[in-house]
Amino acid sequence: MIIQQLINGMILGSVYALLALGYTMVYGIIKLINFAHGDIYMLGAYFGYFFLRVLHLNFFIALILSMAICAVLGMLIEFIAYRPLRHSPRIAVLISALGVSFFLENGMSYLFGSDKRSFPQAIETTQYHFGSLQISNIQIIIITTAIVLMILLNIIVKKTKMGRAMRAVSADEEAAILMGINVNRTISFTFAIGSALAAAGGMLIGLYYNNIDPLMGMTPGIKAFVAAVLGGIGIIPGAALGGWLIGILETMTQAVGLSNYKDAIVYAILIVILLLKPTGILGKNKREKV
Amino acid sequence: MAETLLKIANLSVNYGAIKAVRGIDFVVNRGEIVTLIGANGAGKSTILRTISGLEKVTDGTVIFNNQIVNHMPSEKRVRHGIVQVPEGRRVFPGMTVQENLQLGAFTVSNKSQNNSGYDTVYQQFPILKDRRNQDAATLSGGEQQMLAIGRALMAQPKMILLDEPSMGLAPLYIQKIFDIIQKIRDTGVTVLLIEQNANQALKIADRGYVLEGGKIIATGTGDELLSSSDVREAYLGG
Repeated sequence: MIIQQLINGMILGSVYALLALGYTMVYGIIKLINFAHGDIYMLGAYFGYFFLRVLHLNFFIALILSMAICAVLGMLIEFIAYRPLRHSPRIAVLISALGVSFFLENGMSYLFGSDKRSFPQAIETTQYHFGSLQISNIQIIIITTAIVLMILLNIIVKKTKMGRAMRAVSADEEAAILMGINVNRTISFTFAIGSALAAAGGMLIGLYYNNIDPLMGMTPGIKAFVAAVLGGIGIIPGAALGGWLIGILETMTQAVGLSNYKDAIVYAILIVILLLKPTGILGKNKREKV
Repeated sequence: MAETLLKIANLSVNYGAIKAVRGIDFVVNRGEIVTLIGANGAGKSTILRTISGLEKVTDGTVIFNNQIVNHMPSEKRVRHGIVQVPEGRRVFPGMTVQENLQLGAFTVSNKSQNNSGYDTVYQQFPILKDRRNQDAATLSGGEQQMLAIGRALMAQPKMILLDEPSMGLAPLYIQKIFDIIQKIRDTGVTVLLIEQNANQALKIADRGYVLEGGKIIATGTGDELLSSSDVREAYLGG
């Protein structure tokens, strides 16, 4: 029973983790809590819907296309709404992010209606039983896709030139400039990667819960943000860890019959971390060397 | 006749209402070590930052390699051969020594050039080779300074700008750093050096400029400035 809940929690947690990665990367590089990030997840689900329902594409092709489009949108949002405010007080960019979020939520409601729509069952569900444990092929797809994407991200960040540039700009923007790194390009790249991961999360959740709506990104967005803070904001492995922990916690809360409180508990965690260890689980207190 | 690599003409730099640099002129010739000395707040760092493009020119021109670079973005200046070792070393923590060097070579796309860059740096700084897989943050201050210089050399600079490289280092390392600066020049890289340690800087410099309140108040060869009684009194402790 508890193992079953643990598995369910890991599945949900992988989606939170995908979202949390975008929060943490963007925070790491420009110190912005990108409130519009959850809405990219929503857009990812809607593009997926379009590719599956209208064009009848294969799920994974639709996934890749939706990720690519959201990557471009993420870069565009950064270029239009955040870049002009790069040297303004941080609160200005934060408000701009809220504006983008409202724009996307209400724009999508206006264009496509605010009703829930059912996400195409692009892959037929099969249940597998292992003793008392039960797991569906959809769940396996979700967790596998999430893990593959995280491994790819890890390779990009650790092994590629662009990944090194991302880490350098996060660590010390001015020193990065002195290495000849183009900071704008690096920030665009970060938004592209973060948005692509969010889009993947949106499509996977569409497949899992079978429905999508223009406000679907709000709550998961905030939970993923909490996950990023829990793991240590700005720290990439922390986001994955935080995502899984929040997913498991949420599932466990439901399992013990406290469904109504599941969101409240996540927010309570945010408050507790901020009070006790604001740097998160993997966060270190920085010390300067003389 | 010496060939000019960097020419600063009538340069002024303001930070808002504060005039940090007030109409200065100086040149650095190819293959020289030139030092700017002066007290804290004399405008030395501002000049270096302006040459790297981190600060905007208020008035005047910065000419590098016969090209006006006033409006060239910083990262592009690196490609043109202006590479700075910033004050306080600024190595990237959380990355290994090797990764720091790789970042130094960010603008160098040619692989074989890059490999020879590592060879040169590791030869010059064997300690960095021993520690290449170690987090840069775990190095001592002197080792970090060597890494910062090595990282700058990876970019294959025409000119290296050094901002207070001896600051906060143990005496043993200070001597080492000044030796290294001379070696760098011997490999054909031009050096512009800022130092509070004016004595040491003038000893290795071909020429020097003395700054005060954003203006150049004296200039001469390293030896001339070292023996000038005014300079001795003001900056070298009598």
